[in-house]
Amino acid sequence: MQLVVLMKQTFDTEEKIEIVNGTADEQNVKFIINPYDEYALEEALRLREAHGGTVTVVSCGSDRAIEALRTALAMGADEAVLLSAESLQGDDGFAVASALAKVVEQLKPDLLLAGLFAVDRGAGSVALQIAERLGLPQAAAALKVEVKDADGGNANAAGNSLSPSGASWSGGGVKQVAVVERDTEWGVETVEVPLPALITAQQGLNEPRYPSLPGIMKAKKKPLKQISASELGLAADDLAPRTKRVALLAPPVRAAGRKLGGTPQEQAAQLADLLQREAKLF
Amino acid sequence: MSDTEKRTALVYAECAEGALRRVALEALGAARRLAGDGGSVHAVVVGGGASAAALGTAAAELAARGAEVVHVVDDPALAGFAPEAYAAAIGAAIAAVQPSIIVLGHTAAGRELAPRVAAAVNGGHIADVTAVDVDDDGGAAAIFTRPLYAGKAFEQRRFLPGAPQVITVRPNNLPVAEPVAPGSEGTIAALAYSAPPLWTIVRDVVRKASGRIDLAEADIIVSGGRGVRSAEGFAPLEELAAVVGGAVGASRGACDAGYCDYSLQIGQTGKTVTPKLYIACGISGAIQHLAGMSQSRVIVAINKDPDAPIFGVADYGIVGDLFDVVPLLTEQFRAILQKPGP
Repeated sequence: MQLVVLMKQTFDTEEKIEIVNGTADEQNVKFIINPYDEYALEEALRLREAHGGTVTVVSCGSDRAIEALRTALAMGADEAVLLSAESLQGDDGFAVASALAKVVEQLKPDLLLAGLFAVDRGAGSVALQIAERLGLPQAAAALKVEVKDADGGNANAAGNSLSPSGASWSGGGVKQVAVVERDTEWGVETVEVPLPALITAQQGLNEPRYPSLPGIMKAKKKPLKQISASELGLAADDLAPRTKRVALLAPPVRAAGRKLGGTPQEQAAQLADLLQREAKLF
Repeated sequence: MSDTEKRTALVYAECAEGALRRVALEALGAARRLAGDGGSVHAVVVGGGASAAALGTAAAELAARGAEVVHVVDDPALAGFAPEAYAAAIGAAIAAVQPSIIVLGHTAAGRELAPRVAAAVNGGHIADVTAVDVDDDGGAAAIFTRPLYAGKAFEQRRFLPGAPQVITVRPNNLPVAEPVAPGSEGTIAALAYSAPPLWTIVRDVVRKASGRIDLAEADIIVSGGRGVRSAEGFAPLEELAAVVGGAVGASRGACDAGYCDYSLQIGQTGKTVTPKLYIACGISGAIQHLAGMSQSRVIVAINKDPDAPIFGVADYGIVGDLFDVVPLLTEQFRAILQKPGP
C-alpha cells in the first residue's frame, strides 16, 4: 500500500522560546520532528512491514527541514518530498494545506497519516483541511490502527454501510478499511473508515524507533525531492494566506507565590482557607 | 463578503449527551461581539436519534441568549459524531446563512470540524482562541489571541479581508452570552439536511466513567506526576477532584511511567489547560509541563522537593508528601463545601 506521512519540523519541546524583533528566535535552537508526526511515521512503517508498499514523507518548510526528512528516511521511510515554504506567503494554514493537498493528490496514497497537531502552532488544522480538499474521511487521534480488506457485506452491527472514500483516485467501492481506536473526550471510540483516508496520531499509538546506523547510511541515497508551490499549478487565490500575525508576545511572567508552613494538617487547613478567602475560589 | 457589509456570525453550538455545552454559550458570546451592533448572529445545533429531543431545549437557550435564528439539524445520520456528516450539517447552515464568521468551540469535536469547514469555504482558520479584541466598528478587524508552543508564547492574529473566517474558541476563557431582554428572543427553525456518504462509521465507544469532567472545561484540575508512584497513587487525587467537582490530569512523567492514560497529559505534548485552580501533586515542573498549565488562574503545588521548579509558578506551595497532604486537603474541602460559605 502507498503510505504518505505529513511531517513538520518543530522547535524541540525542551527549548525556551525567546522573542526577538517580534519572532521566535531560531538561533542556537534544536529542531526536531514534531513528536506527534513521529508517531504517524512509526505507524506507517509498521503498516508497510505488515502489508508491503512504500512510505513517503512530505513536509512543508525551509531547507532546514531536509534534516528532519533525512531522519525520517533513516528511520525507514522510502522517499521524501519537501515543499518549499519560501514560495508560500506567510505562516497561514490555508495556503500550506492548499499546496500540500496538491502534493498528496499526486502521490495517490491509500492512507495519509499525520500528527494530531504540531507542538509549535498547535492548531491541528492543516491535515484535516487537506482531507476535506481531497475528499478523504478521517479518523483523528488514533490510539490503534488496523488495516484489513473490506468484508463483502460491508455492514456493521448498526446496519450502516460504509460509503467509498471521496478521493478522486479511489476508483469507487470499498476494498480496504482502517479500523481505528481513537481518543475522544467521551471515551475510546472505535471507528471504521474506507481507504483512502486520513488518520492522525495521538500519543500512545506506538513507540517510535530510532534511526539505525545502517539506516542513516542508506538515507543519504534515498530520493528527496524538493518542489515549490509554483510548480503545483494552483491559482494565486489558492496560495493567498487568509490570516496574518499581528504580534508575537511572551506569556505574562508569573511570580512565585508563598510556601506554607507547619504540619501537614496545618498546611492543608491554611491552604483551604487561602483558596477560599484570598483567592475567592469557593 | 466585503468587510463593510453587515456582519453575520454563525455559531456551531455543540451539545454533549444531548445538553448544550458551556463552550457553546462562550462561542455565542464571542459571535455577538464579532457581529457588532448592526450585525446578526445565527446558531446551528446538530444531532439525531436519541439526542434529538434535547435539541429543542438547546435551541431555546441559544435563542434566549442572543441567537436571532437557531437552525436545528435533526437527522438519524447525525446520532453519533461522524466528522464528515457534522461538517456537512454545518455546511448546510453556512449555505443558508452566508456568515462572515463561523465560531466553534475548541473541543475534540470542534477541533475536528473547524478545519474541514474552513477548507470547504476556502476560508481562514484561527484555532484555540483565548481572547477576542473587537474595535468600535465591530468584528471586521478583530484581533484574536492564541497560544503558541502550548503557552510558551502568544500570537495575535487577524483575518485578511475577503475570505470567510472560522475560529475555534478555547473553553473557559471567554464570557458566556448573557440572556437578551424578554420578548427579544430569537426564533428556531428546522434546517433541511441530506446526509453525505457516511464515510466514518462508529462501531463502538468505551465510555469514560459518567460524570467525569473533561480537562478542557474543568474549573479545577488536580494533577499528578511521577510523585504519585503508581496507578493506585492517583486514588487520593481522584477523591479530591470528586469533592471539589474537578478533573484529574497528569504530567508526561506519570503517563510515561504507565500510571495513567495519555489522554490526561497536560503539557506541550498533551493538553493546554486554563482552569481557575490547578493543584499540582508530585509534579516537578519541567518546562513542557509548565507550558501547558501556567496560565491557570491559581496554581497550588504540593511536592516533597523544596527546589522543584513548580514552586516558581505556584501561588501557594506546600513542601510535603502528597500522600499526607492531599487526603487532609480533601477533608478540608469536604467540610467547607458541606456548610455554607463565610
